[in-house]
Amino acid sequence: MKKDIILAGVGGQGILSIATVIGEAALQEGLYLKQAEVHGMSQRGGDVQSNLRLSSEPIMSDLIAKGGADLIISLEPMEALRYTEYLKPDGWIVSSCVPFLNIPNYPELEEVLARIKAHPNHVLLDVEALAKEAGAPAQAANMVLLGAAIPMLGIDHDKMVAGVARVFARKGENVVKTNIAAVEAGYCKVEP
Amino acid sequence: MKHLLLGDEAIAQGAIDAGLSGVYAYPGTPSTEITEYIQSVVSRQHSAISCRWATNEKTAMEGALGMSYMGKRALVCMKHVGMNVCADAFMNAAITGVNGGLIVVAADDPSMHSSQNEQDSRFYAKFAMIPCLEPSNQQEAYDMMAYGFELSERLKTPILMRVTTRMAHSRAVVETVETPRQQNKMSMPEDEKHFILLPAYAKKNYAELVDLQPAFVEESNTAGHNRYVKGSKPEKAILTTGIAYNYLMENERVNAGHSILKITQYPLPSALIEQMVADGMKELLVMEEGQPVVEEMICGMIPSSVIVKGRLTGDLPRMGELTPDSVRAALGMEALPTREKEAIVVGRPPALCQGCGHRDMYAALNEVAREYAAPRIFGDIGCYTLGALSPFHAIHACVEMGASVTMAKGAADAGQHPAIAVIGDSTFTHSGMTGLLDCVNANANVVVLISDNLTTGMTGGQDSAGTGRLEQICCGLGVAPEHVRVVVPLPKNMEEIKNVLREEIDYPGTSVVIARRECIQTLKRHLKAKKS
Repeated sequence: MKKDIILAGVGGQGILSIATVIGEAALQEGLYLKQAEVHGMSQRGGDVQSNLRLSSEPIMSDLIAKGGADLIISLEPMEALRYTEYLKPDGWIVSSCVPFLNIPNYPELEEVLARIKAHPNHVLLDVEALAKEAGAPAQAANMVLLGAAIPMLGIDHDKMVAGVARVFARKGENVVKTNIAAVEAGYCKVEP
Repeated sequence: MKHLLLGDEAIAQGAIDAGLSGVYAYPGTPSTEITEYIQSVVSRQHSAISCRWATNEKTAMEGALGMSYMGKRALVCMKHVGMNVCADAFMNAAITGVNGGLIVVAADDPSMHSSQNEQDSRFYAKFAMIPCLEPSNQQEAYDMMAYGFELSERLKTPILMRVTTRMAHSRAVVETVETPRQQNKMSMPEDEKHFILLPAYAKKNYAELVDLQPAFVEESNTAGHNRYVKGSKPEKAILTTGIAYNYLMENERVNAGHSILKITQYPLPSALIEQMVADGMKELLVMEEGQPVVEEMICGMIPSSVIVKGRLTGDLPRMGELTPDSVRAALGMEALPTREKEAIVVGRPPALCQGCGHRDMYAALNEVAREYAAPRIFGDIGCYTLGALSPFHAIHACVEMGASVTMAKGAADAGQHPAIAVIGDSTFTHSGMTGLLDCVNANANVVVLISDNLTTGMTGGQDSAGTGRLEQICCGLGVAPEHVRVVVPLPKNMEEIKNVLREEIDYPGTSVVIARRECIQTLKRHLKAKKS
């Protein structure tokens, strides 16, 4: 088993929480893991990404080669497109369709979404709306996105949910419950 | 025990488990998390480790040397440019030598993700003539702390550990020891004169350091951290330093046959290099993160007939961090098939947070500056450097910590008016205070605008050394109290702030305006902590 994942978004959106949950589940599975993060200046509303690598064999590089990623998980549609040259030709894009508008020259949203839809394997979801529908706060949108990416991650659904429970355990039962509801809301949109 | 740790956290845990007594550091990406991790362990476990942030890297280095003098193990952490700030203390610590183990961690930032240059700290180890460790992964980073402290005490020398952004900020599983080593007991140096660098004593110390060099090389040859593996085609060899090894091995699986020398400890291991030559090396590809340090150095150690390739020859990019892709290309491998880059994507530069006090400060400053024919505003290092970008375009310079104050003074000396410095509170106490004293002594016609958000903001909100005492500090340095003004940067105070700025710009002498409002990020955190 080997999955190379690029997590993308805008600083502050919560891509590292997605990485934390996947990492927790991967470790329980006994997988090797490397996760390169972005800290520092770019966290201030700039584009951020994290390279997350999982494998049943030891992993050498902290970074994913261009053309090596199995999956891009993005909390923002244009940010998903920023990393397409890292994606395998048959790789997946799982992205929020809601733009994060903090720049004056954001391209036409319809065109951005059309470029994502031009990829053979993609999932586009309004993760914030789905989080609210599931009774979770908007901050749990990242967990909806994680839920939608589960089938592509190669880690069992139940084990991922258990990972969510462990990661949020110290924040109390309620937070665990709403985050699991958010994961399920994403998962049921893509369930095979 | 197994833990999922950032490279920085692995270094921190390694130091704790090796019996650390004190960490001395000023925040700086990508080094900050080392000290933060130790602080969180200390607050959870009430360990007796000194771990308060230092005012700058020089005070940090000196504090650590004092701890070492007393026989205890000390760690100094900083980003690469911090090495410039502490260079005086660092270079001379190589001459005093150590009592308790002393490791200096410099976190380099090739590709300048969060920095103004990509200087390579390995030069400092060579400069100071001390050993340097450059772990290739998180586990080695952890293991090398125990080794480094032991080596430091055995050879009575400070050790430099050099890491780079990708290792510092990448997580991997690290196996730690079950039982941490106890801290050293306090003990005086055997030879107290060793720490008195009078020329007569320093000459003797320096001769000892020179005499130690073969022992450092021997350690590099035999300690087991540098590894040479002869390949099936030993005429083609590859030398990697630090994490470059990982990019090689990521690809080497499908491209076997090279002899490989993996370097994680300096000075360079002469015996392993001689072996590589004896095995018939005709060509050597040098892969290193940062500047071509080894590529230049190795030419004096091998026959001139060996073709050396690397960053200087263009086989690898001259600048920036290595990537799996640049290493693939250097190995002569084709790029993987991929999808095209999307032309529609535009840049998304970082920006000051909505609601940030720096925003209101710049809004007022820009309006006032426009009233003058040719204002010059000298910026500094921090979140507020983003004032150089849209929508503010407010600053005309940003060089290094504290330069705003003294560059404004130099410009005023040259006849510039208005000459304005914009500096954050933490940067001011780090390196701005001494420059302000220069201004006071010359009664330079400058305005020093301290944008005080009560924290070290850009690195994530660490304690700022002068919080609550900035007016006292400025008055104590000799700024006239009536020209130390405080404003609250909020839109509702815009007229007042503009008036204060105008008055102080028009005052023909040194004045300080403090724009004080808590960082929006730390405020959120404080409110959240209060709620729960």
